[in-house]
Amino acid sequence: MKKLLQVFYVFLMLAFIYAPILTLVLYSFVDTPIVDIKSALEIGFSLNLYKKLFNDAALMKIVWDTLALALIVAVLSTLLGTAGAIGIYYSKGKLGKSVSAASRIPVINAEIVTAVALVLLFSLIFSESRSYFALVVGHLVITTPFVVLSVIPKLKQMDSNLYEAALDLGASPFTALFKVVLPEIIPGVLSGFMLAITLSLDDYIISAYTRPAGFETISTYVYGAMAKSNANSSLPALRALSAIIFIVIILVVVIKNFYSSKKEVK
Amino acid sequence: MRKEKTLNNERTAGSVRFGFSRRQLCIPYGVFLLCFVIIPLVLIVVYAFRGNDGGFTLDNFVKFFSSTTTISTLIISVLLALATTIVCVIIAYPLAYILARSNLNRGGTLLMLFIVPMWINFVLRAMAMKDLLTLTGIFGINNYLNVIIGMVYDYVPFMILPIYTVLTKMDKSLVEASLDLGASPLKTFTKVTLPLSMPGIASGITMVFMPTMTCYVISDTFGNGLITIIGKLIDEQFTAFSNWNFGSAMAMILLAIMLISMWVTGSFKSEDTRGANL
Repeated sequence: MKKLLQVFYVFLMLAFIYAPILTLVLYSFVDTPIVDIKSALEIGFSLNLYKKLFNDAALMKIVWDTLALALIVAVLSTLLGTAGAIGIYYSKGKLGKSVSAASRIPVINAEIVTAVALVLLFSLIFSESRSYFALVVGHLVITTPFVVLSVIPKLKQMDSNLYEAALDLGASPFTALFKVVLPEIIPGVLSGFMLAITLSLDDYIISAYTRPAGFETISTYVYGAMAKSNANSSLPALRALSAIIFIVIILVVVIKNFYSSKKEVK
Repeated sequence: MRKEKTLNNERTAGSVRFGFSRRQLCIPYGVFLLCFVIIPLVLIVVYAFRGNDGGFTLDNFVKFFSSTTTISTLIISVLLALATTIVCVIIAYPLAYILARSNLNRGGTLLMLFIVPMWINFVLRAMAMKDLLTLTGIFGINNYLNVIIGMVYDYVPFMILPIYTVLTKMDKSLVEASLDLGASPLKTFTKVTLPLSMPGIASGITMVFMPTMTCYVISDTFGNGLITIIGKLIDEQFTAFSNWNFGSAMAMILLAIMLISMWVTGSFKSEDTRGANL
């Protein structure tokens, strides 16, 4: 009985999480401006929305721009954050403590506050607060602390004698860092990189404030479309785009999980 | 004495020979944080106390606390965030408990299914939920209900994960000891399991409460344009009205609320669990 109740609750929650996603995927095959049962029955299923999506050059450009931005941000924040984490971990003095404290600010701060603070800064330095540079910096501010947070635990797990041993055996500090420390912490670096990509793709507020005129990310475009349309439904072609994104992400995560649990069994 | 010790450390780090030590690696990040986190926040404080003539003034704060519109917006934001956070705790706790304690979640696959949405763009997820609410006819019932459903849907994975993490790390022998010593299962839960899971709940609250108070994406798109939260007020000052001084004052008030809520939840040792399972 208790078991049955548990299974029931888990299914209820799964339904809550996945019903919207399933609805959207289902209606990505119905070329209708309004999501309702009547139009699904009348219009029927087709691949029209997918055709519209791939023929919409503006929308495709937004997709590639968003991905390119996320990649640039992830590479830069991984470099900055990994170096930062190593520095913070090995500096026991005030420097490391203050950098680590400052690094926590963007994590807990409201995104709107981070965004308007950057607007104030950039409008003081440049005449225009919006630019691609501002956009990348804004994204780095919110992603890099998470890279640091995922690298530090790996540094804690590492045997601290390894680095000293490398130096004693004649390696230069740089060689020791790249050949000894980096391989030990690489899982943390990689998960920081992945986290940076996701956070960048997920961001709306920072992008809305810093993006240069004419530049859209998926978030800003979808929000604009949702806020503008008086109808309660999403823009049809966006449903096809979201369906693709949902399915790709769910597949990636499930395959990764399947692969890593298989490794654990071995 | 202390100086001698640092000197020693420096030598082992090889700095004497190469002029380089590992701690210097945090300098680029430190400079970055100073330029793009600390200085911008200082600018917020400067602008908050600036009048339209450029001189020092408290007018921006007086304006905020004397206007019924801004105060009621603040109250609505706090109430919406509270409602969302409470609903998230209530529905996430039993789920995290089942996933952590029963054998349903073997190999972590079920947990994975629940936190996958964390990796999907939240605006797209909001759009999906809005479509479902429209389809089922729930959307027309009440604007506040729409916003709460939208927010719970977007933020509940951030509550599930930290609670699940503390529950799996918890020493199970404590629960067994409590049962062996004659406590009822209910009493064991309220006196042992629940207090021990407070750090997870606290870190879940920090991940849900602040964003729901300030992230106006959901309230804008689910509230039919009739619900304004504090984040939107700041947004309007910077975009529509270009009153940056007043906007900065409100941002500073938000910062203060953030510090207070951190101080409240900080009494439990919280840890960041976002991405812990990546």
